[in-house]
Amino acid sequence: MHRIVKKEELAPRIKLFVVEAPQIAACARPGHFFVLRMHEQGERIPLTIADSDPAAGTITMVFQEVGKSTCELGTLEEGDSILDIVGPLGTPRDIKRLDTVVCVAGGVGVAPIYPEAKAFHELGTRVISLVGAQTKDMLIFKDRMEAVSDEVHYSTDDGSFGYHGFVTGILRDLLAGGLRPDEVVAIGPLPMMRATCKVTAEFGVKTIVSLNAIMVDGTGMCGSCRVTVDGKTMFSCVEGPAFDGHKVDFEELMARQTRFLAEEKLAMERYQVHSEGCKCRRK
Amino acid sequence: MPAKVDRHPMPKQDPRERIRNFNEVALGYPADVAVGEAMRCIGCPKSPCVAGCPVEVDIPSFVKLIAEGKFVEAARKIKEKNSLPAICGRVCPQETQCEERCTLGKKGKPVAIGALERFAADYERASGTQAASEPAPASGAAGRVAVVGSGPAGLTCAADLAKMGYSVVLFESLHSTGGVLRYGIPEFRLPKAIVDEEVAYVKSLGVEVRVNTLVGRTVTVDELFRDGFDAIFLGTGAGLPHFLGIPGENLNGVYSANEFLTRSNLMKAYRFPEYDTPVWVGKRVVVVGAGNVAMDAARTALRLGAEKVSIVYRRSRAEMPARLEEIENAEEEGVELMLLTNPIRVLGDERGWVRGMECVRMELGEPDESGRRRPVPVPGSEFVIDIDTMISAVGTDPNPLLVRSVPGLKLGRHGNVIVNEETGETSVPGVFAGGDIVTGSATVIAAMGAGKIAARGIDRYIRAKRERSE
Ligand SMILES: Cc1cc2nc3c(=O)[nH]c(=O)nc-3n(C[C@H](O)[C@H](O)[C@H](O)COP(=O)(O)OP(=O)(O)OC[C@H]3O[C@@H](n4cnc5c(N)ncnc54)[C@H](O)[C@@H]3O)c2cc1C
Ligand SMILES: Cc1cc2nc3c(=O)[nH]c(=O)nc-3n(C[C@H](O)[C@H](O)[C@H](O)COP(=O)(O)OP(=O)(O)OC[C@H]3O[C@@H](n4cnc5c(N)ncnc54)[C@H](O)[C@@H]3O)c2cc1C
Ligand code: FES
Repeated sequence: MHRIVKKEELAPRIKLFVVEAPQIAACARPGHFFVLRMHEQGERIPLTIADSDPAAGTITMVFQEVGKSTCELGTLEEGDSILDIVGPLGTPRDIKRLDTVVCVAGGVGVAPIYPEAKAFHELGTRVISLVGAQTKDMLIFKDRMEAVSDEVHYSTDDGSFGYHGFVTGILRDLLAGGLRPDEVVAIGPLPMMRATCKVTAEFGVKTIVSLNAIMVDGTGMCGSCRVTVDGKTMFSCVEGPAFDGHKVDFEELMARQTRFLAEEKLAMERYQVHSEGCKCRRK
Repeated sequence: MPAKVDRHPMPKQDPRERIRNFNEVALGYPADVAVGEAMRCIGCPKSPCVAGCPVEVDIPSFVKLIAEGKFVEAARKIKEKNSLPAICGRVCPQETQCEERCTLGKKGKPVAIGALERFAADYERASGTQAASEPAPASGAAGRVAVVGSGPAGLTCAADLAKMGYSVVLFESLHSTGGVLRYGIPEFRLPKAIVDEEVAYVKSLGVEVRVNTLVGRTVTVDELFRDGFDAIFLGTGAGLPHFLGIPGENLNGVYSANEFLTRSNLMKAYRFPEYDTPVWVGKRVVVVGAGNVAMDAARTALRLGAEKVSIVYRRSRAEMPARLEEIENAEEEGVELMLLTNPIRVLGDERGWVRGMECVRMELGEPDESGRRRPVPVPGSEFVIDIDTMISAVGTDPNPLLVRSVPGLKLGRHGNVIVNEETGETSVPGVFAGGDIVTGSATVIAAMGAGKIAARGIDRYIRAKRERSE
């Protein structure tokens, strides 16, 4: 059992938990994720380790309520516990000191990108962060990102804060203006990562993305998370989730994300009826 | 006279009924039938059956005890050699082991040893006398051992070491114990309540179980040694699924058998939406492969609502590696066998879902390295079948995650751990291994046997080490 020691509402339907998981906190590195199961009937869902505190024995997770499991997770309060957490999973990022990196984050993707930006920053790399959200209220992790970045640019789809449009717009302007980072790191919704890769491919800039394929075990025994990278099938829970974005078959992955759409919808509807409306939606 | 009595058939759920539920198919012998079946044993002097058992259960003695009505004693007799009889009675391939050697089998049908083993174990369990046979819990004074993986190899190794007085911690990466017994073999063949009881028994011996611990990631083998474990047993199985490597395998509607079965068994997706994990199965399902895994996947697909399920296998019936009983069960339930057929391509629709599979007919040519006749494609015999779900059950390899994290660990060509077969020792001092991680996919009983051998090897290793340091 893993006790929730802190809960924060970062934005509508985006929540942060700090939970006790001392073994994971002791060895978590940027790029690692974990799998949790809330209760006996729960599914195993992967979430990124957004931060860890080995001394306190805690890890931080930030999640967006998008379906049954994440909505139900959001109803837990400080002092409640999560039944199962296993990790750290995945291949951590091999983060070296570089001249300049650009971290492109879309939506809740800013939470998983934060530990990477932080690690680059601590090594003395110049970090330029581009953070996009639908609207001003949905911009999260602002202070954290500003603390580990040399520059932060914001964009909102509706223009309520920063650049009006997608983050890829800012990225294109920067690259067109002559910026040549050693690496672009992009984490966010699949269409956003794909669009980022399109832009960086034009300018020949290496781009690392973090794939959110549907997982079950997260340890390489089921193949649910398989993705095609450079024409080869990879299990993203073990060989990823980070891959060279220019080699990822995004179209296949986007199709695979819809494998259980009908079931997900049913689960959500049933949950809303049973819980007299999900708390997260009532807000 | 007893030899003239026909082998008693295993009572089973009606096929039309059972494809609509996940309850156990085989119902087990009632006591009178078990006694009648046990009386068929002619007690032949050489007992060839014993040599056919990988753990040398004293078969004639336990069968005789059943014939005498001493059912609990029969169960105890089996447990002298095999601590998981309720499981082995259900899943061992008896037709290639004990029953294959049975003298009665030369002229008629062999004694139903597996069914009798199951009967004795179930009787003991139901009568609640199981606890009485348990030895005192481990004192832990002999030393500390870490067992990695809670499949049959790990469970057996942990139990044996605990009985020898070791303090044992059993690490499991999943949230639940049992390995393939939990996530692979379906409820209708091996009820999970039985796995739960076996695990409870192992815990009652003093073994500490830590689930959600992926050794190699959550904690490394080096760290375990540093934490004071005297030896480590690796029983991590062969869980890495193969795919065929044909075009279209990443389409929606294509599963590895591991994913399909894990969703259904471990995550209980067959009870979705009461349980949160989904599993989708279409109307027309093809399962590629013909082992136990393929049979389990095919029969699970039927129970999840598929209209038609076919097994596609490139060799002929004689080469099918599944247990005979399971092939029969699958056929009774309406699973179609498409033999001498090989898939060459999975076809998709514009939305990325499976809509068909192109296959080619095969014929058997010259024998290959395995001694089986090699299937070769018949030129021009390609054809397409309409399907919406494909399940790939073409084998698994050892998961490289842990074994590659241990420096100096000698591995074979398929990533399997190389051991001394007499002791279970690997190339790294203090590290032992057994089960599917060593042999590749094999059987429950072989994994248990390997767990036993390693427990003895570990005991010798720790004693020798202590003597040297004294
Ligand atoms: C390595 C990795 C790291 C992730 N990190 C984060 C994170 O830090 N914060 C965050 O908010 N989300 C993260 N996700 C996504 C998160 O796992 C899904 O949003 C969550 O599982 C959805 O579950 P649900 O029941 O609420 O929604 P559902 O209604 O079940 O699904 C909504 C969508 O989420 C995806 N999804 C569903 N089930 C799974 C699953 N078992 N595994 C992966 N994706 C699934 C599918 O695309 C689906 O259409 C990560 C995913 C991966 C693979
Ligand atoms: C669907 C299916 C049906 C089968 N049917 C039969 C049958 O009818 N009869 C028969 O005799 N055999 C059958 N088998 C084969 C049999 O189940 C296996 O040979 C046997 O389970 C192997 O036992 P094991 O202990 O070596 O490994 P497993 O049972 O595979 O257990 C290994 C355990 O180790 C865990 N693990 C792996 N890596 C780590 C790590 N790094 N850290 C911690 N834990 C880890 C795994 O999660 C797993 O729980 C079947 C197999 C399958 C898949
Ligand atoms: S999630 Fe099962 S192999 Fe990656």
